Amino acid sequence: MKKRLTSTIAIAMIFAAFTSCNNSGKTNGQSGALSSNVAEKVYVAPGEYDEFYAFISGGYSGNLTVYGLPSGRMFKEIPVFSQFPTSGYGYSEETKPMLNTSHGFIPWGDSHHPDISQTAGEIDGRFIFINENNTPRIAKIDLKTFETTEIIEVPNSAGNHSSSFVTENTEYVVAGTRFSVPIPQRDMPIKEYKGNFQGALSFISVAPETGNMDIKFQVLMPGFNYDLSHPGRGKSHGWFFFTTYNTEEASTLLEVNASQNDKDFIAAVNWKKIEEYVNNGGGTMMPADYAHNVYDEHTHTATSTMKKEVRVVNPSEVPGAVYFLPTPKSPHGCDVDPSGEYIVGNGKLSANLTVHSFTKMLAAIEGEKFDGEAYGIPILKFEDVLAGSVEQPGLGPLHTEFDGKGNAYTTFFISSEVVKWKLGTWEVIDRKPTYYSVGHLTIPGGNSGKPQGKYMFAMNKITKDRYLPTGPEMEHSAQLYDISGDKMELLLDFPTHGEPHYAAAMRADLIKERSQKIYDLEDNKHPYAAKSDDDTKVVRKGNEVHIYMTTIRSHFSPDNIEGIKLGDKVYFHVTNLEQDFDVPHGFAVLGQNTSELLIMPGQTKTSVWEPTKVGVWPFYCTDFCSALHQEMQGYIRVSAANANTPLIWSMGEDIE
Amino acid sequence: MTKALNIVTGLFVLLLISCGGKEEKKKEGFSYEKKEATEKVVKKAETIPASKRVDLSNKGIGPITSMALNAEIDQTMVTHGADVFKKMCTACHRTNKKFIGPPPAGIFERRSPEWVMNMILNPDEMVKKDPLAKELLMEFNGSPMANQNLSEEDARAVLEYFRTL
Repeated sequence: MKKRLTSTIAIAMIFAAFTSCNNSGKTNGQSGALSSNVAEKVYVAPGEYDEFYAFISGGYSGNLTVYGLPSGRMFKEIPVFSQFPTSGYGYSEETKPMLNTSHGFIPWGDSHHPDISQTAGEIDGRFIFINENNTPRIAKIDLKTFETTEIIEVPNSAGNHSSSFVTENTEYVVAGTRFSVPIPQRDMPIKEYKGNFQGALSFISVAPETGNMDIKFQVLMPGFNYDLSHPGRGKSHGWFFFTTYNTEEASTLLEVNASQNDKDFIAAVNWKKIEEYVNNGGGTMMPADYAHNVYDEHTHTATSTMKKEVRVVNPSEVPGAVYFLPTPKSPHGCDVDPSGEYIVGNGKLSANLTVHSFTKMLAAIEGEKFDGEAYGIPILKFEDVLAGSVEQPGLGPLHTEFDGKGNAYTTFFISSEVVKWKLGTWEVIDRKPTYYSVGHLTIPGGNSGKPQGKYMFAMNKITKDRYLPTGPEMEHSAQLYDISGDKMELLLDFPTHGEPHYAAAMRADLIKERSQKIYDLEDNKHPYAAKSDDDTKVVRKGNEVHIYMTTIRSHFSPDNIEGIKLGDKVYFHVTNLEQDFDVPHGFAVLGQNTSELLIMPGQTKTSVWEPTKVGVWPFYCTDFCSALHQEMQGYIRVSAANANTPLIWSMGEDIE
Repeated sequence: MTKALNIVTGLFVLLLISCGGKEEKKKEGFSYEKKEATEKVVKKAETIPASKRVDLSNKGIGPITSMALNAEIDQTMVTHGADVFKKMCTACHRTNKKFIGPPPAGIFERRSPEWVMNMILNPDEMVKKDPLAKELLMEFNGSPMANQNLSEEDARAVLEYFRTL
């Protein structure tokens, strides 16, 4: 009886499932996230690939995480501004210089806005740039290797937030200051902020072939907070737009004091004009102190150079280069549509979204429709630059992205939703809730002339009940929506790592094809590389001992080392002789005060060990590399400081 | 007392055995040796290690299906091959003695050139599917032959170098 009842229920459920499938198919997914075709949309079968890469900033993790869309699977965490014991980044001798700054070695950073390099207004997938907010820096990650290869410190900046966005041919990656500060830094009363502090907007040139970064010039702006920025594109290529807040120039209780003015500004900077001025010798070289760290993939080693001066430009020196566009209520996001015509100011405290017109802006400049000036910078008349506004779309607008089909998508932090609206008519088309308190959103190809549509994901600040609880601290949640139809459809929740601020995403094909599988051993120019068994040796220089070591499945060479003494500084220079895809080896020695090394095929990495105890200490491979991984070990003998143990090394001497 | 007796008995037994043994060997030497020899032959067929076995017909599994070695050794190739061998192979191979893997000296007396090429170029599949390579993996304690991503040209040069060993 019971059995029969169960099977009846089962049949009914199967029937119900089929019915719901059919329904959802017919009604274009209106049955919501429970219908099975939603699951199919995000299902990537085992062994198959995602269609898009998403690079999601780690915020206070200081790093960048790599995800696949639509599955929401995390593939990798790329260490950028923070030490990463998993690979030894920032711990190994080769990578420590990457984290050098004018304030010394800094083991942590706050990463915010990744942006992918572009050619002719399209995402090209060569490099990805990301800013460090706290100790202002810009990093470049090479998407061939997914490694951080360059970090440049930004002097005169503080709270490097309106960064790191690239122009349409990656001429510049731009870094604007959030906090204005005394320039140059000096000892002065905080109360004298107003009129004395300045905000630096830095234009960092990117060499077309190598991608090498160099600060071309800094525009020294009035002492406002520069919040976010985006490049002009298409017709507005050559301009850059920055939102400002705290035009009140308050130094205390900004939550009240920076919300006094009805309107703040979007600063429009004609960088082409300033570039020309600078190319003709304009601007002044100002003493400054900033680190430029470059990783060489042939020596597998980073070097840090301290730079001593930077070129600064006062906007008043270049008439017609900078204008202010009044924008209501402390605008946060500053987003430019794919055509380059519309500049959206997301006023945090405003009921409406303000959209400026680039064409009208040019006309207003031409017609000198000014409403005054701030520190010599003309303020354009609000009505003369306004394209339109989206009336009361939600509460607390933050950021806007575009699908390339004439639609814009704006996040609303307070009302926890994404609102889709139409460019030009400003009508709201759809709104969908997010869970909860959304910050940025990303559409693949977002900051470019050609967004790649299909999906949009929202990065939420508050997770609460979305996942199984993990104590008071929860990873932040992202939500993936299908935006291919008129209405947005929520497809998937997936957890992210750290605090994702913004993300850059793009179709996978370009990156996938160029992705490097190994480092060529032949090209390894590391000064301490042991490229074959013949090169392995141990060399003493005073109290420094350099071990030229190799690894291959499944042994280290040498694996028996004697003659180390207390007080020695032992450098393990480990070269991975493998030339096969995805065969890294690890290295750890008992009592190592840094982290392990994870060495990719063909690569050399160095760990310094300063033994504190006499004894025979084991080292081993930390990455399960082969069936004989547990055999991959060795011993190093440490003798007393005054001992006469000879320096000897070997591997496999007693073999057959 | 008991202990002493035990020792004496033990010695006596030993004496008996050793005497008897000697005698037995002498007595049944011929037939016993014959027996042993037959056993040996059988045993040999079973336990000849894969590294010593001769199989010139097996071409292995991989990109190389047929190739011929010229009668004359190409010295330019040998020099290049020796260099590649040093850089890519010496972590696990010594030319004339067993190391992590088997020595390449005299390899062509035991293996076809195709088999050697495929072992270099396609080791992952070889140790999974080729019967000899599978046995070799076990003989060498499960140490896998690493794929060092040699080009066909480099692998061919290494073979030429092996001919000189």
